[in-house]
Formats: sequence, C-alpha cells, structure tokens
Amino acid sequence: MPRRLPSKDVAIVGLGWTGSILANELTEEGLDVVAIERGPWRDTATDYAPNYVQDELRYRIRHELFLRPGQTTFTFRNKMSDNALPIRTWGAFMPPNGVGGGGVHWNGETWRFLPSDFVARTHLTQRYGASFLPADMTIQDWGVTYADLEPHYDRFEYLCGTSGTAGNLQGKIQPGGNPFEGPRSRPYPNPAQRQPFSHALFAKAAQDLGYKPFPQPSGNMSRAYRNPLGVRLGPCTYCGFCEWFGCANYSKASPQTTILPVLVRKANFQARDNCEVTRINLDSSGKRATGVTFVDTSGEEWEQPADLVILCAYTIFNVQLLLLSGIGTPYDPAANHGVIGRNFTHQTISDVTSFFDRSKFVFNPFIASGAIGMCIDEFNGDNFDHGPHGFVGGGYMGQVQTNGRPIETTPVPPGTPRWGAKWKQAVRESYQSALKPGTGVHGSMYSYRDVYLDLDPTYKDRFGRSLVRITMDFHDNELKQNRFLTDKFADIFRAMGAGQVVKEYRQAPYDITKYQTTHLCGGAVMGTDPGTSALNRYLQSWDVPNLFVMGASAFPQNAGYNPTGTLAALAYWSAQAIRARYLKSPGPLQHV
Amino acid sequence: MGALADRIIPPDSQTPGGRDAGCVVFIDRQLAGPYGSREGLYVSGPFHPGSKQQGPQSPQTPSELYRTALAALERYCRGENVQGSLGKGFAELTAEHQDAVLSGLESSKVQLEGVDGKAFFEQLLKDVQQGFFADPIYGGNRDMCAWKMIGFPGARYDYTDWVGRHNQPYPYPPVSIAGRSDWNPT
Repeated sequence: MPRRLPSKDVAIVGLGWTGSILANELTEEGLDVVAIERGPWRDTATDYAPNYVQDELRYRIRHELFLRPGQTTFTFRNKMSDNALPIRTWGAFMPPNGVGGGGVHWNGETWRFLPSDFVARTHLTQRYGASFLPADMTIQDWGVTYADLEPHYDRFEYLCGTSGTAGNLQGKIQPGGNPFEGPRSRPYPNPAQRQPFSHALFAKAAQDLGYKPFPQPSGNMSRAYRNPLGVRLGPCTYCGFCEWFGCANYSKASPQTTILPVLVRKANFQARDNCEVTRINLDSSGKRATGVTFVDTSGEEWEQPADLVILCAYTIFNVQLLLLSGIGTPYDPAANHGVIGRNFTHQTISDVTSFFDRSKFVFNPFIASGAIGMCIDEFNGDNFDHGPHGFVGGGYMGQVQTNGRPIETTPVPPGTPRWGAKWKQAVRESYQSALKPGTGVHGSMYSYRDVYLDLDPTYKDRFGRSLVRITMDFHDNELKQNRFLTDKFADIFRAMGAGQVVKEYRQAPYDITKYQTTHLCGGAVMGTDPGTSALNRYLQSWDVPNLFVMGASAFPQNAGYNPTGTLAALAYWSAQAIRARYLKSPGPLQHV
Repeated sequence: MGALADRIIPPDSQTPGGRDAGCVVFIDRQLAGPYGSREGLYVSGPFHPGSKQQGPQSPQTPSELYRTALAALERYCRGENVQGSLGKGFAELTAEHQDAVLSGLESSKVQLEGVDGKAFFEQLLKDVQQGFFADPIYGGNRDMCAWKMIGFPGARYDYTDWVGRHNQPYPYPPVSIAGRSDWNPT
C-alpha cells in the first residue's frame, strides 16, 4: 500500500513551462501547491554552466537533458495493421525530463498561432467547402479564439522577454514584422535579435521576391531584461549551443530564468523532483480525482491527496496518465468513437541545403542563437489561397539555422562519398559556405482518423505499466503541402545566390528515427463537444471536473508554428478560469 | 581499428588520419561507458526486426557489435576474400583493398559471418566521425585538428562582437572545453 501524504489543495504533475505557470498562478491565490516532477532538479549554475555546457557530444548526440528511454518510451507503427515496436533510442522527437521540462532545451521560438488556426474547420469549410477537406481528416475548432488568448500570449511574451518585431499592433500593420499575425495589444517586450550574415541575406532575397520577411520571435534575449515577476535575464551571446542545451548565460527564457526563482521562495509551494506519478486516483463515482500516486527514487509508492489535479506533463504522458487512470473514453479508430488518444499530430518539417561559392561567401554558421532567423509567413495556415493547390495547412519558412556544430552540421554536396579523402575535402570546402537551416520549412500536420495513441498490448515500462502506442503516418495532404512549401523555400536560396540547392522533401512513411521537432500535439484535445474532445474550452476534463490537462495534448491539430507560445497562453487562460471561477464554485466550467 | 579509422578519415596535409586524431581512443572510451552498453536505452524484449522507420531493434549492444564484427572482418580478410589477402588481416591490406572492403560493407556486397556487416559499417562510420568532431576531452579531435580544418571555433560561447560582421572570416583559433594547449606554460 502506498504511504499517504497530507492533502494539498493542488497537485501538479510535471514542472515544465505549464506546471510552473499554473503553480505560480495558483499559489497567488494562497493555495497549497505541490508539483511532482519525474526528472531531476536542474538549474543554470549547477547543471549547464559555461565551462562545460558547449558539448555537442554530451547534449546533442547523447541526449543528456532528455528522458532516458529505459525510464519509459513509446511503441510506434505506421499503420493500424502493423506490429508496433518500441522506440529504443530517441529519433523523431525528444521527450524532455526534469525541472523546466522542454523549456530548458528549446530554441526559444515564441510564436502565436493565426486567428484562423483556432477555427480551422469552420474557416476552411466556409472558404473552400466541406468537400475540400479529405474525408478522414478530423480537424476541429478549438473552442477558444485568438481574441480569447491574446492577453495570455501577451503575458507569456512579457514573462519571457521575447525579442521580436510586431507585425500587427491593434489592427495596424507594422513595417518589418509579420503582417499575417493576429493583432497584438502591444509590441514585443524586447527588440528583435541581431541577424548573422546568412539570415540577413535570406531576408534580402525574400524581400526581392516580393515577400515580407521578419525576424523570428525569439526567447533569446536581445538585451538584458527584467520580467514582471522581477526575474532578470542576460543578453544572448549567439553562442550556437541553444537547442538541446541549457543556456549558461541566463539568456534563454525558461522556467528557471523567468518563474522558478520566484516560485521556489513561496511557503505554499513545494516541488518533489525525481518522483514519477503513476496514476491519477478517482473516488468511487469515477467523476472526482482524489489525488495522485507517485513512486520515488527508492521505488517507494506514495499517495498525494489533492482537491485539484493538474496534468502538466509532455503531450504523450498526459495521455498515458488519462488512459492508465481510466479517465475519459479511449479513442477507437475503427468505431470512430472515444476521445483519449484521438487527434494526435506532429509536424511536417523539411529542409533545403544550399551550397555557395566559397570564394565569395563566408557564413560563420557557428554564430547563431536558438530562435535566430528571418522568416516569411506567406505560406502558413490559410494566408494564401489553397484552392488551386488541393491541400490545406502550411507553415512558416526561414533561414533559421541555429548552429555550426560539426558533428551535426557539416553538409556536403550530393554525390560526395560518405567517408574517405573526398568526403573530408568536401566537408572542409563546404563548412563556411553551405547553409542548412535545419527546420527551414515548419509545416502543420492536421489530424486524421487513423493517427492516434492507445496503450500497447505488449511492451511495458519499468513499473510494468503499458507503454503508449503511436500509430502515425503522413497523409497526402501534408505531403502535397510539403512539396509546395519546400519548392517555394528553395527558390529563395537560389535568389540568395546559391550555386546548388538541394531539396529534402518530407516523405512517407513517417520515420521515427528522423528528427523533425519535439512538437507532438493532441491526444487529449480541447473543444466544445464531449463526443470529440477530452477537455472543455478551459482545459478542464469533461469527465472529472477537478482535473485540468495543460499542454499541446490539448491542440486538436497542429498549426505551422512552434507550439510553446500557444500552450503557455492556454495555460494562462486556464489558470485565469480556475482563479476567477472554478475556485469560487468548483465544478464544470462549461456545460453542454 | 586504427586502420579502419585511417580509411574513413585518411591523413592529409591538414590533419592527421582518424587513428592519430584519436578516434580509436574515443571509440574505446565510448564503448567502455554507458554508450557501449546502451545504458539508459530501452532494452526490454521481445525483439523483432521491424521496418526501417521503426528504428534499430537489435538486442546487441554497440560493444558486442564491435567485438563480433571486428573478429568477423578479420576472418573475412584472412580467408582470401580480397585478392592476394590470404593470411593478411585488414590492417595489412593495401589502402585500395581496405577501401574496397569498406565499400563492400557499406553496400552490403561484403557479407560477414554471423554479424550484420552493413550495420557494423554504419556504426563505425558514425563513431569515427563523431570522435573526429567531438570536443577533444573525449579523446578524439586531437589538438582540435578537425575544428581547425573547417574553422569551427569550438567552445567560445560568445560572438556578441561578431554577429554583425557579415561575410568576414572569424579570425580566432578554436578553444576546447579543456582550454588550449598554448594556454599551458611550456
């Protein structure tokens, strides 16, 4: 029997971005909050100091900051008829671990989704007709609008000190910003970062082609910043060790550099690191959570009773806890019924590698920040007429190259042998004059009936719990979108003067070994209909009203942007509803 | 291993070969540590081969793969599968013959007994090149030779003064996490 701890007002599962936000908001109400985090405590000075953090092998190649698959992993298959096998080492995405979560290792790209993204099905059906969407595409409206979320996007950007150039201030289009973005109530808190050579060259070529390039909104500081909580960040040094690494300069917005210094000083907050929540406990009615059970490092089980439970784990782990705890109806793709595991998505990323005349171009690719880059948004969301193209969705694209770290970023022209003297010569000759943005085309992935999560029948984690099984493949809509976007992207590199431009289209089948992004979305989506969503518009479980589920697991489909800005805005939106309404009258915040 | 590393990264006027760059030391150390035993990876069965896009499913650890594959490669070479190689191990072959064996492993034309030669080749290629480019603290990239070859400044961590200097070669030599040899008194 687990040992029972004294009850708390709130138990938070996972102390990354959303866990930190919710903990800080709810402790402001005077609630007694415990956050239970599977991974270790991490802090700048002790865990990624500048005298050793710039280690490509340790952090990028050997995945130092990430969850170990031996702790837990997933199984994967392309089709429902395939036999799923375990992901034994990470590839297509990198589940974070430890305090700060993905906020430690991210690049800091801090985007807002387009207003039309939140009403995707309504908008696309109105513009193109219902028959324009593939029959098995299950996209839906979110139940919140851009206008609902704007104040919360704003709050997160000011928390982070996001560096950027506004494109739409209260409806007025601004020069140098993204003209397609939704209206923002005020400018970014910090000016955009300075751009290295290749990024600036991309912007010029894009402008010459008639596009409107703008700096990628960046969680890397363009100058020193003190956020509204009084926490200070330092200016970014363009070190080229951002994504996969913690920032030793306190220059990347993360829970550690924005919230935790305030949160950990509160007497009504407690964090338990290295403790893994194994289930959410329900009372006999099955409609009320009584708390959570977790296991500590010595293998001992504990019960943490709580009046309110908030899941703030990584996308798939939120879904796994719901499935293992028997909350909500598991999704059955054959019957097209149930919600937990439904509308799971990732991203449709592709890239272009281009080779320039080395007597004329010296790029110094190692000078970069994580969210550096100049982008265009002409081909994102529904910013262009999809009618002639026969697909929906899109993405931003840009020269967003974050590094010149040589294990990963030593591109050679096609046809070069993979080893030996010719390979070595090509590496030497291309290093300073080749560009490889990495995630140059950042495309959406919409949801489908046969892309989903459930519990694997065979493989177990170290506690004997079933792993989550991922069933995922690319669909024609995304492959068409990717060809269209990648071709447009390549045109810009030609206009920059590249001698050789190599397109690397995203191709089916979906491959679990090829890194795209860590932007897994869906599986416990929000909405207005309990028949097609696990959560209501406030991220509250339809089935268990004292359970809220944060994170990108709530996205009904994934847009053509990085998700952190949106999942953080949703966290503030939900926290506001809890503070203003739920605490006064605990119960469902939305009725159908 | 030294001969293999020298064919993947041959010595030239700019850098030593894979052997003298320390790639074998790098691999030895990696295989002796968590990487070699797959510590932290998911190693529970059942093991099935699966599709390419499902990722590696071998029950074998990297250190086991090296042990069995190196022995099999040696048997292959000594068994006169290469012209005139009877009794000669890989290290005693000419550079041309060594390259032919490596190419054969890469293309699966060379089959080793009891071990997947192509899988071994891919593992070897990755490890040698990672050793060449990783920070010298791991034993390879000796004296930052690989970084000097391409112009990567290593662990400097601050380019504030250089981000705005477009199309100018960065002039300073690389620095390792452990510093630089010319920082030490002679």
